[in-house]
Amino acid sequence: MNETPLLRVTGLSRYYGERVGCRDIDFDLWPGEVMGIVGESGSGKTTLLDCLSGRRPPSAGRVEFTLRDGSQVDLFAMPEPRRRLLMRTDWGIVHQNPRDGLRMGVSAGANVGERLMAVGRRNYRQIRGAAAAWLEKVEIEAGRIDDQPTTYSGGMLQRLQIARTLVSGPRLVFMDEPTGGLDVSVQARLLDLLRGLVTDLGLAAVVVTHDLAVVRLLAHRLMVMRRGEVVEAGLTDQVLDDPHHPYTQLLVSSILQT
Amino acid sequence: MTTATGYNFAYLDEQTKRMIRRAILKAVAIPGYQVPFGSREMPLPYGWGTGGIQVTASVIGSADVLKVIDQGADDTTNAVSIRRFFARTAGVATTRRTTEATIIQTRHRIPETPLREGQILVYQVPIPEPLRWLEPRESETRKMHALADYGVMHVKLYEDIARHGRIATSYDYPVLVNDRYLMRPSPIPKFDNPKMHMNPALQLFGAGREKRIYAVPPYTKVVSLDFEDHPFEVQRWDDCCALCGAADSYLDEVITDDRGGRIFVCSDSDYCTGRIGP
Repeated sequence: MNETPLLRVTGLSRYYGERVGCRDIDFDLWPGEVMGIVGESGSGKTTLLDCLSGRRPPSAGRVEFTLRDGSQVDLFAMPEPRRRLLMRTDWGIVHQNPRDGLRMGVSAGANVGERLMAVGRRNYRQIRGAAAAWLEKVEIEAGRIDDQPTTYSGGMLQRLQIARTLVSGPRLVFMDEPTGGLDVSVQARLLDLLRGLVTDLGLAAVVVTHDLAVVRLLAHRLMVMRRGEVVEAGLTDQVLDDPHHPYTQLLVSSILQT
Repeated sequence: MTTATGYNFAYLDEQTKRMIRRAILKAVAIPGYQVPFGSREMPLPYGWGTGGIQVTASVIGSADVLKVIDQGADDTTNAVSIRRFFARTAGVATTRRTTEATIIQTRHRIPETPLREGQILVYQVPIPEPLRWLEPRESETRKMHALADYGVMHVKLYEDIARHGRIATSYDYPVLVNDRYLMRPSPIPKFDNPKMHMNPALQLFGAGREKRIYAVPPYTKVVSLDFEDHPFEVQRWDDCCALCGAADSYLDEVITDDRGGRIFVCSDSDYCTGRIGP
């Protein structure tokens, strides 16, 4: 089972006309592994994540995903209904702005239950039970299940988005700046929660961020991007403690030392 | 009533009628699918039944007998003016009797008297897209229809139960037609939803402002969405009709004075009159 990677990316490029979004990206992601992607803004992190998660077709290259039955599928060659189903069951996307990932007009419970209903669950009590259980896991009080997300704080919204994404039991989660826009103490709690969930559920994840502290905590492996290309890749601690590429050295040394 | 001169039969020109008939044929061939059509300006405002009128004008012939109802009643403004419109522009016979009519244009009700084969029921539709409330992009809703990607529709019903303890949507209740397309039945009460299922009459839906036509052919499966533990059910009343005593029809509440007096009467005026007797 573990002989094929969960996600295999080969020669992935995305151009915007003459401009480069990302170029010649290759990597394998294994089950249960967390990959961090760091780089300054404009370095192509989000373009890469969009291509990986099937939301933006690449200009060249392949993204292959290993299904539960062990067969491999090319993400951009598979029929759209299957890709949609995959995105709603085996995958999750956590957006930087929780408002992009949530339905702000319906209650928290409905937000968490949506993926279950989308794959055909039709028992109200079970859906609600699952929603309540997930809210508890992400430390949101059970009494707030019927409240609108508009009444939630920023940190709660992000946690609600995580619950909504994980409820379908995905094997791979894409996170775009999961802690962006949160204050430091809330960030710490969220990271703690994420790390616990990723370990408990054996999730594989791709985490895009510009915050090196986040990848140090979450990611096993790290890719450093600059101008659309990967300049350095390796184990997180290795890259951060012994950066080889001048840009990585700059990045690491630019963190405030306390 | 004298027929107006200077207009084509049933107001619309023949080319327009052909275009609308083509849309109707396509709609009948794909039950529940919304067919775009070139909606015309009609001599009444959007929201008053421009879609329904165009569909009626395209299917009506000189031998047809037309009935028009508005909220079940034959004698409300909208019903009277549309009936007179076709009497003048097409010279067709009109009726208030459901059993005598060959074409029934309706706003917000299905007649209580069961329809029969050969009859056509034309609905006026304000918003045809059932997914619009959760997905504002037309390109996306079309894709969702194409892929039969309807799971999220239950989010609305979930929200109803979470807030009200039951499915509180009482009109324009979403249905699945022929196990394939999700459809808005226009703002009829959900009381009327079961009547659409396996109905012997042809049901046509016209949305003038939104430029869509869709249809439910005779004897087509129409299922209202629900949850296993919160099944679909229709409204019930403790009273029966104050005029005819019917206990099985859809009742309107009518306020009779300013001291809190109120009665319930059938919303279908023809059904009520028929029960009282000639």
